[in-house]
Amino acid sequence: MSRSLSTPHYHFKPYNVGRWLVWGLFALVLGVSPLIWTSSLSQTMLSQMGIGIIACLAYNVLLGQGGMLSFGHAVYSGLGSFLAIHTLNQVSAGQLSLPVSLVPLVGGLAGLFFAALFGYVSTKKAGTPFAMITLGLGELIWSMSLMLPEFFGGEGGISTNRVVGPPVMGISFGPQIQVYYLIAIYCFVCTAALFALTRTPLGRMLNAVRDNPERVEFIGYDTQWVRYLAFMISGFFAGVAGGLGAINFEIVTAEVVGAARSGAYLLFTFLGGATFFFGPIIGAVLMVLAGVLLSELTKAWLLYLGLIFLFMVMYAPGGFAALIMMNLRVAAFGKLRQLWTAYLGLAGAGLGMLVGGSAMIEMVYHLQLNEALGPQLVFMGATLNAHGVDAWLGAGLLLLVSLGLFELTRREFKRQWDQTQEEIEKEIKRREAL
Amino acid sequence: MSQPSEFALELLDVRKRFGKSEIIRGAQLQVRPGERVAIIGPNGAGKSTLFNLISGRFAPSSGEIRLQGQRIDGLKPYEINRRGLSRSFQVSNLFTRLSVFENIRCALLWSMGHRYAFWRFLADLEDVNERAEQLLEMLHLDKRRDVLAMNLTYAEARALEIGITIAGGSSVILLDEPTAGMSKSETKRFIQLIRQVTEGKTLLTVEHDMGVVFGLADKIAVLVYGEVIAFDTPEAVRANARVQEAYLGSVLAEQQAAGAHTA
Repeated sequence: MSRSLSTPHYHFKPYNVGRWLVWGLFALVLGVSPLIWTSSLSQTMLSQMGIGIIACLAYNVLLGQGGMLSFGHAVYSGLGSFLAIHTLNQVSAGQLSLPVSLVPLVGGLAGLFFAALFGYVSTKKAGTPFAMITLGLGELIWSMSLMLPEFFGGEGGISTNRVVGPPVMGISFGPQIQVYYLIAIYCFVCTAALFALTRTPLGRMLNAVRDNPERVEFIGYDTQWVRYLAFMISGFFAGVAGGLGAINFEIVTAEVVGAARSGAYLLFTFLGGATFFFGPIIGAVLMVLAGVLLSELTKAWLLYLGLIFLFMVMYAPGGFAALIMMNLRVAAFGKLRQLWTAYLGLAGAGLGMLVGGSAMIEMVYHLQLNEALGPQLVFMGATLNAHGVDAWLGAGLLLLVSLGLFELTRREFKRQWDQTQEEIEKEIKRREAL
Repeated sequence: MSQPSEFALELLDVRKRFGKSEIIRGAQLQVRPGERVAIIGPNGAGKSTLFNLISGRFAPSSGEIRLQGQRIDGLKPYEINRRGLSRSFQVSNLFTRLSVFENIRCALLWSMGHRYAFWRFLADLEDVNERAEQLLEMLHLDKRRDVLAMNLTYAEARALEIGITIAGGSSVILLDEPTAGMSKSETKRFIQLIRQVTEGKTLLTVEHDMGVVFGLADKIAVLVYGEVIAFDTPEAVRANARVQEAYLGSVLAEQQAAGAHTA
């Protein structure tokens, strides 16, 4: 069959304006952010966000693109951190010559190496056995961190000084802003590379393995290999994130390989939205906001986080990315106006739930932790008496009423939403028919 | 290794045991290249199990399976597929969250040599993309190109199922009840489609609908209790006394009635 003759359509590649715009915007945001938020706290947070974006995107190669639920991905970012910080110490001791800007790659290679090692075992399985093995491996490395203090630094961790040797072109990586831009460059390149992966044969077959591993075996692919390769790629990028973390914090403690860190990757990748490529980027931003700001705001932040997670799993399993995309679709068909009253209702009821619920949570925390300071606490500008019946009754009543209202508005919203979707389907059919 | 065999697919005394019960009891079958074979038999005769053994889903307990003269029994499904055998499933087995086009493209990648490549963009694989578009046209799915596989109608899903099966260009195709659950008119159209896309290939189908069997097959293999009791042209099988006794007398009539009933 002569293909060139049998295909009447000829190829030309349109200049993809949309894609250039999106990536240009991403680069712009990365570049300009520290100029807008100039405080040292915000620069620290922006640096952490850059690192988190790489880590969550790497994690999502497994979760969203490969359907692999890993409970131990901090192992690869964490070991990347340790290898990177040891390398940095070697460099500053003069035993090794390597620019600081390349140290994250050492972390990446470490992540790749350990992913190749452990992934060989875990990716032999899929589904629940895979999840269990990653959990086991995570615990294994965590316990190793206590057994090998020379490498993991024991309780104090390993510290370093990222300023090594004379500055190159004025860059010493001493000031946070210089580290931020190093992170931003890595973040951009890694994001682009991971996006590119989704456009390759391996990336597509990874989706196929997620959807239907059985069928993949019958079209010539070894599902284990697909999973294994994806696991190693994910491990590499997690390691790069770990290496950047080592430079950023100048200290690495055993908690970077711990279950809490692994859990955070899972939780925030899910919250951001595993089904869309950009979901984990949102997740990583939330991860830093929660870890730095929310934890500053309230001692009960983990509890709130848990509640938000629960809520999202139940009502928006596609995460924030899916919420955004679904509403954009509605907006594109000019039907967002039909929904705004329902959204207003949901937001009002949600706010009521939040105020009522958090008032009670804060009172409990106050009684448990700050008993010595007396029963009074300031909550959202109001003074509550944690021993008083009226405060509890008021908060409880607000919570219950708004819970009821929320359920009612949710049903109404669901009805309107379904109707809108139906209208959109009809509209699509009509356009197709034209 | 071995010289080219005169058979595309050969089953020699194939047996399969699940626990104590033997489902396939010494099945023999020799299919020549280009033949279209329908496997018929009463429920529980082991038709689907036989397909699972040939395609590598299960390994036979004993016996030999040869593809173009080379043994494939005990190999993994993907190894068998790479040697040129492809199968479809009774219940559509698609990549549900990928588009119709992506489903077909996935089925093309290995056979067109792109394997586990992560250094090349799918969009640049012009041979693959052109072939995928051609296949979509052939399957009458070109209008549904960008629909997710999970949103297809039943008949469309069945067509895509066949498309994934034949995309890789395997020379031996196994179709497990390709027209199950389709209406009479759909079935008729579908047989036409199967004939078209399996042109020049060796074809084995499991089929209940006798109309399909006689419309599609050059030869019929009758499987009863895990044994091939007859393997011949439709006319000869009809006339075969052993088949009459074991199967056709009662079951065929029953199946014909059922076929007419469901239609």
